[in-house]
Amino acid sequence: MKAMVYRGPYKIRVEEKPMPKIEHPNDAIVRVTTAAICGSDLHLYHGLMPDTRVGHTFGHEFIGVVEEVGPSVQNLKRGDRVMVPFNVYCGSCYFCARGLYSNCHNVNPNATAVGGIYGYSHTTGGYDGGQAEFVRVPFADVGPAIIPDWMDSEDAVLLTDALATGYFGAQLGDIVEGDTVVVFGAGPVGLYAAKSAWFMGAGRVIVIDHLEYRLEKARTFASAETFNFAEYDDIVVEMKKTTDYLGADVVIDAVGAEADGNFLQQVTGTKLKLQGGSPIALNWAIDAVRKGGTVSVVGAYGPIFSAVKFGDALNKGLTLRMNQTPVKRQWPRLFDHIRNGHLKPNDIVTHRIPLEDIAEGYHMFSAKLDNCIKTLVIANPS
Amino acid sequence: MSSSTPSTPYVANKPKDIPTAEELRARIPGWGVDLDPKDRPSFPREVFDPAGTGAHWDYPEEQQGREGRERSIEHGQLTPVFGTSVPLKGVSGSIRRYAYRYSEGRAAHWLLLLLGDRVDAWGSHVASFATLRPDNPITETGVLSEGRRHGLASRFGKGRADVNHSWIDPIVVGGPWVVATAGAALAARAIARHGRH
Repeated sequence: MKAMVYRGPYKIRVEEKPMPKIEHPNDAIVRVTTAAICGSDLHLYHGLMPDTRVGHTFGHEFIGVVEEVGPSVQNLKRGDRVMVPFNVYCGSCYFCARGLYSNCHNVNPNATAVGGIYGYSHTTGGYDGGQAEFVRVPFADVGPAIIPDWMDSEDAVLLTDALATGYFGAQLGDIVEGDTVVVFGAGPVGLYAAKSAWFMGAGRVIVIDHLEYRLEKARTFASAETFNFAEYDDIVVEMKKTTDYLGADVVIDAVGAEADGNFLQQVTGTKLKLQGGSPIALNWAIDAVRKGGTVSVVGAYGPIFSAVKFGDALNKGLTLRMNQTPVKRQWPRLFDHIRNGHLKPNDIVTHRIPLEDIAEGYHMFSAKLDNCIKTLVIANPS
Repeated sequence: MSSSTPSTPYVANKPKDIPTAEELRARIPGWGVDLDPKDRPSFPREVFDPAGTGAHWDYPEEQQGREGRERSIEHGQLTPVFGTSVPLKGVSGSIRRYAYRYSEGRAAHWLLLLLGDRVDAWGSHVASFATLRPDNPITETGVLSEGRRHGLASRFGKGRADVNHSWIDPIVVGGPWVVATAGAALAARAIARHGRH
């Protein structure tokens, strides 16, 4: 089968790989129809995530058709169209039993600090991802769900991470009616977080980025006020000014490890890999939120230490909330939002490319060319 | 004494410029439909519901091929299921296996893994030249999309904050190759000189 493979920092290609096999009785093999490139894939692509091995296939956002099931699978059969959460999880460990699907303890031998994730290095378990024609899906009775007939395939693939994560990020903010919510990052997760903040009763939603085309999308898709931080000497002061010097009630970091805005943090965090990413957005979040406010973090960071302004968080009495998203917990409500016309997830999709072109797709997304926001990868045209 | 009237946050009131619920409901599709925190999917964060996940086991059957599989020493056992994407091998594999002697709380663990990653990448690039499909930096970096996807127009005149450091990327990618090539050339010249004497 054809699959994207990692060849080292900034280098990937499509190779012929052996077909994935049933390795556990509750495995399924899924023929991928559509995958997506996620902003967090760029951390792997740039060599930021420890234990990213040459030959690994990325891709944690994908949908497809069940090709084969293991002998203990009860809920799926060959031919089912399925959407697969980015979390690999068992459904029965201490953490899964409590709804913390993204923190499963039974699927990732390589680390205890993170659960299992498809195509996201061996630090998250060493599972090949869905930027391929076929993929192994462990615990087929737990994670995947059959795509409802009414659901657009592109919306389904966006539900496997980006939309669920944006919505989860807004929930982590503990928004109450009338709150001012600031979202750092106008990428897919930030756009969905901004949109979701309204569902939870925000009174103002402000999105910050440096890419004007993405801020335009934040205005049209998420009805948000926008600030281009590159136009201001100090975006934190601007946030104070626009909130009458109070600060925002809730700030969501939807950027993560590759934030721009501080040259030193960028070089040490993302070029020299001396930090678990450059925590510029997180530091701005800590400074822009009001005292007693909440910072929600859904941007992905690496496991190495980062230079975070923890003293300010302490002295301001902040609540810091974060996690990888337990995707499947978000789905029923998000299905309702889509059916009720509250949002159309694939409004943010800008590019659709064949699997063969994925190297150029990564470069385009990484370099933010061609007004790229979200790229879908067509692995097997359905 | 200030001549202006003190306002939030110097007094207790909330800011006054927040639109009313009616205004927001009229303007924003779905505004407030998830207003009640207790009605949100991730509230409360932890809900004990082992029967609701789809799992029909108390402990999953253990996957085969467990021998030699590396694991964090913070785990009490090898997990019943694990990925098999790229098993450890070669020099990079030895470095990575050594890294797993240290807990996730130790910088040595992560820094050794990053070292293993770099050794893996360099070794794989060199090894690829002994195959029918050597690494091709042009196609594998996707750099041709610069022409097809408006590289210059996307970057310049847009006020992008990343332009001040994106020049470093080619150095990060190509720098080690330039250094290695220069080193090989110097070594070859030294050997040639030695041969003449």
